[in-house]
Amino acid sequence: MQEDITVYVETATGERVEVLIPTDMGLSLMEGLKANELDILATCGGMALCATCHVELLQAPELPEPSDDELYMLENLPNLTDSSRLSCQIKVTPALNGTVLRLKGND
Amino acid sequence: MSTVTTDICIIGAGPVGLFAVFEAGLLKMKCHVIDALPQVGGQLSEIYPKKPIYDIPGFPSILAGDLIKNQMEQIAPFHPTFTLGERVEELEKLEDGSFKVVSSEGTEIFCKVVVIAGGLGSFEPRKPAIENLANYEGGKGVNYMILDPEHFRDKRVVLAGGGDSALDWAIFLADVAKELTLVHRGTTFRGAPESAAKVTSLAEEGHMRLLLKSNVTEVHGNGQLEAVTVVPDGADAYQIETDYFIPLFGLVPKLGPLENWGLELDKSAIVVNTFDYSTNIPGVYAIGDINTYPGKLKLILCGYHEAALMAQSAYNVIYPDKKFVLKYTTVNGVPTL
Ligand SMILES: Cc1cc2nc3c(=O)[nH]c(=O)nc-3n(C[C@H](O)[C@H](O)[C@H](O)COP(=O)(O)OP(=O)(O)OC[C@H]3O[C@@H](n4cnc5c(N)ncnc54)[C@H](O)[C@@H]3O)c2cc1C
Ligand code: FES
Repeated sequence: MQEDITVYVETATGERVEVLIPTDMGLSLMEGLKANELDILATCGGMALCATCHVELLQAPELPEPSDDELYMLENLPNLTDSSRLSCQIKVTPALNGTVLRLKGND
Repeated sequence: MSTVTTDICIIGAGPVGLFAVFEAGLLKMKCHVIDALPQVGGQLSEIYPKKPIYDIPGFPSILAGDLIKNQMEQIAPFHPTFTLGERVEELEKLEDGSFKVVSSEGTEIFCKVVVIAGGLGSFEPRKPAIENLANYEGGKGVNYMILDPEHFRDKRVVLAGGGDSALDWAIFLADVAKELTLVHRGTTFRGAPESAAKVTSLAEEGHMRLLLKSNVTEVHGNGQLEAVTVVPDGADAYQIETDYFIPLFGLVPKLGPLENWGLELDKSAIVVNTFDYSTNIPGVYAIGDINTYPGKLKLILCGYHEAALMAQSAYNVIYPDKKFVLKYTTVNGVPTL
């Protein structure tokens, strides 16, 4: 059995909430965050169509480049940042351990 | 401001609200449908019109947009009426047990039964974080949806965004507006290639101004919008005079006003009785994604079923003296209203 990774979600007040996500279930980061009852709508269920799973990665490993579909959604968000991603398009892997992020989907 | 009188007011024109028109129509009940979006179809039109759905009985695969088109055709014999682009703000029970439904634009709908088919909530625009933006909403120059393009005839308009809706409206308004500017943060458009090519050529031919790698960061005016500040990547900010600023950054569903209507809620969904999908307010029903009960699945199919059961219960509210008799549509065909 593989170990869970820890991801930190920074709240509006700057606190960091620790979130444990298993790496052996083929989850996306969105699913991992949602499973921990974080406030993510994920209306489209992970199809890169709704952007309600938008996160800003404050600290993260090198990730595969976003697809064209993801970039299309990101570019059309008013609150895009340089480190914005759609969390449903990121696979949970052991490398993600220690990632720090902010939820931006409800802004 | 207008007034409508009908048997059933359906809040939400998604697939489930539209099918409720059909089920009500079979029982000769007239419906008025209201939606915050300018078009019908709910999530199917707004989020995934071009995606195939595989779990609609009888259709091995159907595009979401086509399903909605078919549903509109299916309910046409019942002549439903629509109020689009207006959000329902208030639900009031009148003394005689009937209801008054009031929209954001002041439209009043008087009805005997209310059916809430509000899905995940009303689709609200994503707004850019620009100071004072709200001061210019509500007819003072900042709009988030284009309901009537004629409104912009011979006016100066600045659009912001790079998605398909920004492109489609830019193409449309290029002919209508006196002066049109499209501000997009990216260097290219990743949406429909034909629309992107069209916008580029309209700009080259001088029918509109295209500002790439730029953001609108400020709005200016004195009660009425007069100008916006544009900041290009790595260059100095400047102002553009304009009558309208329309940011088009997509929509997100928000539960909205129905939180305050005295309905029993559980985690942003309306609690219903699965006998007939009635809520805690007699005469008010909730069907589709908006409701919750043990075992609820947020599927179109389930919403259709809920619409059918709701309609026969609503029939008893509207015609307390008549007895409901189930008739198959195959026996008499579809009656008209
Ligand atoms: C990408 C994606 C793929 C999907 N795939 C499938 C699938 O394959 N099969 C399946 O069965 N389901 C699928 N679904 C789920 C399906 O779309 C929903 O179950 C369905 O849309 C619910 O329909 P509805 O009519 O209840 O609500 P919606 O479609 O959400 O429509 C509700 C409408 O109500 C309006 N509204 C809400 N509140 C107000 C108010 N106060 N005033 C005015 N208007 C209001 C909203 O603007 C909206 O237009 C999918 C969903 C998504 C996002
Ligand atoms: S869940 Fe909809 S874009 Fe990620």
